[in-house]
Amino acid sequence: MDLFDSPVEVIIQHMSNAVSVDRLRVVRGGREVVRGVGFDVPRGSVTGLLGPSGCGKTTLLRAVVGVQVVASGGVTVLGHPAGSPVLRRRIGYSTQSPSVYADLTVAENLRYFASILRAPRGDVDRVLEEVGLKGNVDQLVTTLSGGEKSRASLAVALLGKPEVIVLDEPTVGLDPVLREELWLLFHRLADAGAALLVSSHVMDEAARCDRLLLMRDGALLADDTPDALRAQTGTPDLEQAFLALVRR
Amino acid sequence: MNTLATAKRILTQLRHDHRTVALMVLLPSLLLVLLRYVFDSEQAFSRAAPALLGVFPFTIMFIVTSITTLRERLTATLERLMTMPIGKIDLLLGYALAFGLVAVVQVAVAATVALTWLGLGISGSVWLLLVIAVLDALLGMALGLFASAFARTEFQAVQFMPAIVMPQVLLCGLFVPRDEMATVLDRVSDVLPLSYAVDALTQVTTSSEVDGTLIRNLLVIAGCALVALLLGAATLRRRTP
Repeated sequence: MDLFDSPVEVIIQHMSNAVSVDRLRVVRGGREVVRGVGFDVPRGSVTGLLGPSGCGKTTLLRAVVGVQVVASGGVTVLGHPAGSPVLRRRIGYSTQSPSVYADLTVAENLRYFASILRAPRGDVDRVLEEVGLKGNVDQLVTTLSGGEKSRASLAVALLGKPEVIVLDEPTVGLDPVLREELWLLFHRLADAGAALLVSSHVMDEAARCDRLLLMRDGALLADDTPDALRAQTGTPDLEQAFLALVRR
Repeated sequence: MNTLATAKRILTQLRHDHRTVALMVLLPSLLLVLLRYVFDSEQAFSRAAPALLGVFPFTIMFIVTSITTLRERLTATLERLMTMPIGKIDLLLGYALAFGLVAVVQVAVAATVALTWLGLGISGSVWLLLVIAVLDALLGMALGLFASAFARTEFQAVQFMPAIVMPQVLLCGLFVPRDEMATVLDRVSDVLPLSYAVDALTQVTTSSEVDGTLIRNLLVIAGCALVALLLGAATLRRRTP
């Protein structure tokens, strides 16, 4: 925000941001993997975190959900420092590898996490419907395909209608039809008011986001809308835009 | 509430794994049967069996828990739980409750087999024998939870069994009475919790008297299990590097 914003606008902008990250630094194994990153995730929109594998996306998301030890900088979620106990019911998180119990059925997994979250009774059915796993309710997770496993894991992140939803590569290994369906779901959740932060290493998903964070080597190359990025780099293609930004 | 939900979840996981359930429930009994015929004498068996009624559940629970918790740490489920409104102690107590119930079944089956079929005679209360054996299993469980924090892989975790369990088995008085061991070893055995378990089991078998020593031994076992459980909770971190 610049100096000419009126106080009211500043407050409104502050309230509309579900997540604010400020000069965040994370050191892992002696290496600085997140190097002074700052950005905001507005409510009611899908923010994409894109970048090559190993650029620090997962570490950044872990910092947002409050399970990452950070070196310096701040992460504020819904007005509280990331990881605050009050946030544990208001944030949904799905890790990159499916974080569900392989030796439980889909329904048993969801019922367990729903009871931890004190989610309402009908929630398990709702999220199963949303991720399209209605037909696999009583199947053991270990017998699911890779894509089904990641959808089961995604379903857990949607339990209890969280206001902030952080998803680490939720569409990896899915066929194009399912991928399309999930992106529609993400936008429906955003339209209902949630703030979504979704990572991907596939650039063709970038166009589906309302805002884009392009990350490389632990730093952000860009933080803008897809259209603005195309205009700024003068290419219609976001992959080309990414390359143009890297070369700058 | 979260403790109960977690215990139910772990028992449901076990329910889907029939082979593990069969091994956990039957293995100590089968080993006791084997031992009975290795000794081929009821007297000799009756001397060793009470101690083993504690040692077998202790060992099996140690292995099972250290692997299960390590699996939870390695798969991202623990990371996910750490973002949710569940206390670390809720999680560990859930484990304790679930595996404690399994231990009750395991010990009940083993004790029944030993007392009815294998000719183990005990002078004290059968219930007390069960309580001590279940406490042993809980101690093994709590140590397994704690040990799992120091294993990076399941391969390392299984090797903690010989490292942490076997010295206690060797020094607990099962092979040589503790007061007949070299002074240094006797002192070492004084600080190992399994020694107190075996003392208590032996006492229950040989006398019906419930004295201060027996109560003290029970408290030592329960206290060690509690300390190991709290240490285990301290090794669970919401934030990791």
